[in-house]
Amino acid sequence: MEYLYLLATLLFVFGIKRLTTVRTCSQGNRLSELGMLVAIIAALLISDSINWTVIIAGMVFGGGVGLFLAKRTPTTKMPELVAALNGFGGVASALVAIGSVLTESILSDPEVPMSIYGMGIVPAIATPIAILIGMVTLTGSFIAYGKLSGKKLSHPFAGGARHAFHAVLALGAIAIAVWMVTTQNPEQLTTAMIALSALSAVLGVFLVMPIGGADMPVVVSLLNSYSGVAGAFAGFVIGSPLLIVVGAMVGAAGLILTQIMCKAMNRSLSNVLLGGMGGDEAVAEDARDYTSIKQAGPEEIAMVLDGASSVIFVPGYGLAVAQAQHVVRELADLLISRDVQVRYAIHPVAGRMPGHMNVLLAESDVPYDQLWEMERINGDFKNTDVAIIVGANDVVNPAAREPTGPIAGMPILDVDHAATVVVIKRSLSPGYAGIKNPLFDNDNTLMVFADAKEALEGMVREVKDL
Amino acid sequence: MDFYFLMIFIFVIAALLGFELITKVPPTLHTPLMSGSNAISGITIVGAIMAAKSGQTVLAQIIAFLAVSLAMINVIGGYMVTDRMLGSFKKKGKK
Repeated sequence: MEYLYLLATLLFVFGIKRLTTVRTCSQGNRLSELGMLVAIIAALLISDSINWTVIIAGMVFGGGVGLFLAKRTPTTKMPELVAALNGFGGVASALVAIGSVLTESILSDPEVPMSIYGMGIVPAIATPIAILIGMVTLTGSFIAYGKLSGKKLSHPFAGGARHAFHAVLALGAIAIAVWMVTTQNPEQLTTAMIALSALSAVLGVFLVMPIGGADMPVVVSLLNSYSGVAGAFAGFVIGSPLLIVVGAMVGAAGLILTQIMCKAMNRSLSNVLLGGMGGDEAVAEDARDYTSIKQAGPEEIAMVLDGASSVIFVPGYGLAVAQAQHVVRELADLLISRDVQVRYAIHPVAGRMPGHMNVLLAESDVPYDQLWEMERINGDFKNTDVAIIVGANDVVNPAAREPTGPIAGMPILDVDHAATVVVIKRSLSPGYAGIKNPLFDNDNTLMVFADAKEALEGMVREVKDL
Repeated sequence: MDFYFLMIFIFVIAALLGFELITKVPPTLHTPLMSGSNAISGITIVGAIMAAKSGQTVLAQIIAFLAVSLAMINVIGGYMVTDRMLGSFKKKGKK
C-alpha cells in the first residue's frame, strides 16, 4: 500500500516536468491531479484509527469552497485567487504540525514529562518552522491578495526602523519557538504554539506590506514556494516521506520560478523583497507633470491605422481589467484582412502575473505565432508603423533606460522606436511603479483616454468605416 | 541509518530534483506552472488526513477539521483554476 505514495510522487514529478512545455502542459496537470487522487486514497487506506467524521466533513466543506472559488472567479481575478489558495495551503501545513503535536501521546502523558526537543532534534526544528512558514504564507498571501486587488497598504515603519521592527518580531518568534520545543508542560506547549502562530501571522503581514504592488507576482511565486516548504516540514513532524519529498520538490521548483521571474525584470530577489521598487509610498505623479500630451480619438487612430502596414499591440493589465482581449483580437483580424502585419509584444511581467497576457489572449484564440516575446520583437519596433499600447505603463516606460531611478535597468519594450505610438489608458495616473512615464510626452505618441474595451470598440467601428 | 537521517536525505534530494525540473519555462506557462505547483502543495492534505485520528480532544479535532478543509480548498481550487488556464491552450491545439 505504501507504494501508492511512491506512485503519487512519480506522477507529480512527471506532471511538473510536462507543465513546462506548451505542448504537454494539459497532460502534465492531469498527471498531477491523478497523483493527488492516488495520494489521498492511499492516505485514507493506510492511516489507522481515522476520524472519518472530521475527514469527510472537511473534504466536503473544503472541496465545495474550492469548487465555488474556482468556478466563480473571473479571469482577471485569477492572480488573486492563486494567492488566496496558496495561503490556505500554507496554513493547512501549520495546522498539520500543530495537530500532530497535540495528538502525540508521549507529550501529554503527565507521568513522564517530555518536550518536543526530548523527542529528537528533527521534530524540535521542524515543528516551529512548519508553523512559522505556514502562518507567514497565510497572512503574506492575503496581503498579496489585497495588493493585487489594488488596495494600497503601507507599512507603519520606514527605513531602518522597519528592519528593526521585523528583527524584533523574528527574535520574538525564535524565543517562543525555543520555549515551545523545550517545555514539558502540555498546557504551556499549547499556549506556545498559539503564540507562535499569532506572531508568525503578524510577521507575514509586515514582511509583504512594504513590497510594491507591481512586485506581487514575484511575492506570490515565492509564497508558493514557502507553502511547499511548510508542507515538507509538516512532513518531518508527522513522519510522512511523501510530504517531505513533494513539499521539498514544489518548494524548490517555486524558488526557481521566482528566480526566473526576477530575472525577467532584471532585479534580484533581495531587491524585490526589500521593496526597492513600486512601494506604495512612492509619490504619485499626476497630469501636471506632463507638458506636451497629444490626445486623439478613435477616428484619428483609425486614420493612422489606415496608412499602416505593420502594427504591434502591447497589452498590459488594463487589457485584463477591461476584459478587452476579444475586441483587441477583433481589431487585429480587421487589420489583417487589410493586409496589415499584426503582432503582439508580450513583456515578461506585463499584467499582474508573468504570462498573464498570454493566458488572456489565448482565451480569445489569438494565434500563437502572433505573440512575440520581448527579446524577439524589441529590434522590430523601429520598422513598425504603429505600436498600440493597451493598458500598459511601466513595461514601456523609457525611464528604465536612465542610469538611475526607481525602475532603472528594468528591460522594457522599445515602443518609442515605432513611427507612431498609440497609448490607450484611462488617465495619466502612474503605473504600479508610481512614476512618470516620459513616453506620454513624446511627439510621436497619441494618447487615447478611455477604457481599453471602449477605445478598441471605437477603433473597430472607425476602421470598418474607412 | 536512523529514520530522521533518511528523511533529511530524501528532503535534500527532492529539493535538488525540484531545482532541476524547472529549467526553461516559456513565459506563457509561468502562471499555469505557478498555479499547478500551488495545487500540488496541497499535498499537505495527506498530513491532515494522518493527523485526524479518532479519540482526540475537541481542540485537536477542530484543528484537524480546519487542516483538512483548507488543504482541500487548495487542492480542488488549485487544480480547477490551473485547468481553466490550460483549457484555453488546449482549445487552440485542436484547431
